[in-house]
Amino acid sequence: MPVEVILPKVDMDMATGKIAKWHVKEGDAVRKGALLFEIETDKAAMEIDAPGDGIIRNITAAEGAVVPVGQTVALIYQDGEAASAPVAAEPLPPVKPITPAPRPDAEQTAVLPAASASGRFPATPLARSLAKQGGITLENIAGSGPRGRIAAIDVHGVLAKPTAPQHGDEGGFEVIPLDGMRRTIAQRLTLSKQTIPHFYLTVNCDLTRLSEIREILNAQAPRDAQKLPVWKLSINDFIIKAMASALELVPDANVTWADEAIHKYHSCDVGVAVAVEGGLFTPVVRAAETKSLSQISEEMKDLATRARARKLLPSEYQGGTTTISNLGMYGIEQFTAIINPPHATILAVGAGMERFVPVNGLPVLRTQMTCTLACDHRAVDGALGAQLLAAFRNFIEEPALMLA
Amino acid sequence: MNAPIRELTYAQAIQEALATAMEADERVFIMGEDIGVYGGAFQVTGDLVHRFGEDRVMDTPISELGAAGIAVGAALAGSRPILEFQFSDFATLAMEQIVNQAAKMRFMLGGKVSVPLVMRLPSGSGTGAAAQHSQSLEAWLAHVPGLKVVQPSTPHDAKGLLLAAIDDPDPVMVFEHKLLYKMKGEVPEKAYRIPIGKAVVRREGRHVTIVATSIMVHRALEAAEVLAGEGIEAEVIDLRTLRPLDTATIIESVKKTTRLACVYEGVKTLGIGAEISALIAESEAFDYLDAPILRLGGVDSPIPYNPTLEKAAVPQTPGIIEQVRNLVKGRI
Repeated sequence: MPVEVILPKVDMDMATGKIAKWHVKEGDAVRKGALLFEIETDKAAMEIDAPGDGIIRNITAAEGAVVPVGQTVALIYQDGEAASAPVAAEPLPPVKPITPAPRPDAEQTAVLPAASASGRFPATPLARSLAKQGGITLENIAGSGPRGRIAAIDVHGVLAKPTAPQHGDEGGFEVIPLDGMRRTIAQRLTLSKQTIPHFYLTVNCDLTRLSEIREILNAQAPRDAQKLPVWKLSINDFIIKAMASALELVPDANVTWADEAIHKYHSCDVGVAVAVEGGLFTPVVRAAETKSLSQISEEMKDLATRARARKLLPSEYQGGTTTISNLGMYGIEQFTAIINPPHATILAVGAGMERFVPVNGLPVLRTQMTCTLACDHRAVDGALGAQLLAAFRNFIEEPALMLA
Repeated sequence: MNAPIRELTYAQAIQEALATAMEADERVFIMGEDIGVYGGAFQVTGDLVHRFGEDRVMDTPISELGAAGIAVGAALAGSRPILEFQFSDFATLAMEQIVNQAAKMRFMLGGKVSVPLVMRLPSGSGTGAAAQHSQSLEAWLAHVPGLKVVQPSTPHDAKGLLLAAIDDPDPVMVFEHKLLYKMKGEVPEKAYRIPIGKAVVRREGRHVTIVATSIMVHRALEAAEVLAGEGIEAEVIDLRTLRPLDTATIIESVKKTTRLACVYEGVKTLGIGAEISALIAESEAFDYLDAPILRLGGVDSPIPYNPTLEKAAVPQTPGIIEQVRNLVKGRI
């Protein structure tokens, strides 16, 4: 019988792994312990060694493939052993260039199988009984043994970790256990702030023209059967459109960082942070540069409503290259935001504030909105970020340019 | 005042047991090929013929089946015969008497008779005696209900188990290891018995249980000593009796250590290791297993004459160290 090479579970939360690189090819002779391939998980890269001596055959997962834990990815045949037909494999599609925006909870976004290919987790009898006694399931335990087998030591490792706190009052403070959304926000934003080299650019945008045009457009809105205006454009709708138009004008900033490459997008998809009970979502307005203000406005109302009801589909909050985070409604003058991976930028928008500004040497009262763009320096350099932000300001200060 | 420790070889301990039994009970006599004036192929009987005479230390013709038939008949008639096979391999010639007669009589006659026969069988490899004189057939014989099978690993146990076998009302096969005959160890002068069916823990440990038999007990103990230097504490159980098997000692140990290795010289396939593995898999110890069960036994081959190959055909200390280390470190 050939020896199966399986994708091992190298990380506790790991349901799938991406084959980053094969170090052997079909027909290569390998010795037990030789480096076969590298896998990549959300958190780590691991080198996987050959479990036996022989000839490598039936490689069923190509580089870049995402494979469930426990699935056979190749076979090692002994000398003289006839290779059989390739084993039926279930490779998952190659990784998309985009990873999801903050996820609401694991359940909703579990698009990949959470179990090994067979739905079983190799574990020693002792590990099974300990897990059962400890009230934990094997799928949450990374096996340290051959072929990912879970041993007692792995279960002890998990049991030794502090258990999830229970809701309750500790005298002086209330303990609120984390839900999936809170955990995801914590993980992703920590990752972002710790690994993405952020820099910040700030401009003041004059809202005089935008306010005039918005007033006209809202006043002229057609009425529906109930005599209600069919649109009521918000300043935010202008901001979305302006950001998309700026990305169209500065396409080098319409990118995401993908470690080995920069992905430059054809369409200007803008994520918009929507606060919801217990967290936030960033639904994405697709190709906003091609949409009218009223279309954007209508789409945002729908997305925000469903975000608050936690009814968004993963596809509706995945993708995009930038985020708009607007805290103007709280009177915030200016702030900086943390980039939402894998986006390259995020625009932190403050409130419209009346300020005296010098016009021809005299102080004139104007409404200004302060915007701070955070950029991922790996993908967007200072000058590029400045071009993007300048273009954005132009569209805000003269919205008619967005008609061009 | 403590008496000085008296050391005997394994062969001397057996001879002492034979003499003790013959002195104590005139029904006891020994028979076998060249055990009289020649003193036995391995000099176990030595000068017993001069002490007890040819009626009680009987040379037999080279006919194992005939000798075994005489021994079974004598046992049925009230004697306490002890039959030495020159090599355990030659017991195959006497299978009819051992398996079909000695082992069955008590059952087929409703308990009205028993066969208090002791068979001594020099066994094992390592002497360059080639395939027909080097086998370890104890598991084969232990497969037969009605026989008891013991494997002493020390001079102390060789005397104590042989005396217990002589007392026993049923046929007992004592597999002695040829390489152990010259081994020295403490042997009390008094007549003592090692109970048949009781294993002994030779070394305590908490990381792995090594169940070993005969000479493998010593190799397992050597391995355990080396592994202890690496922080691996192996518990070594000397099985001592194959049938009836001391299941409780093994199960309790595995429940403590969570890992099991079986080390034995007999052929691995369908051997004693398979029985012990299955015993654990069927027992309450199953839920305590934290690693696959490891069997280290003889290779599936007749024992080669070439000394290098002969050594390679059965477990040796370095291999036991390596495999048990891998077992404990979760590599297998």
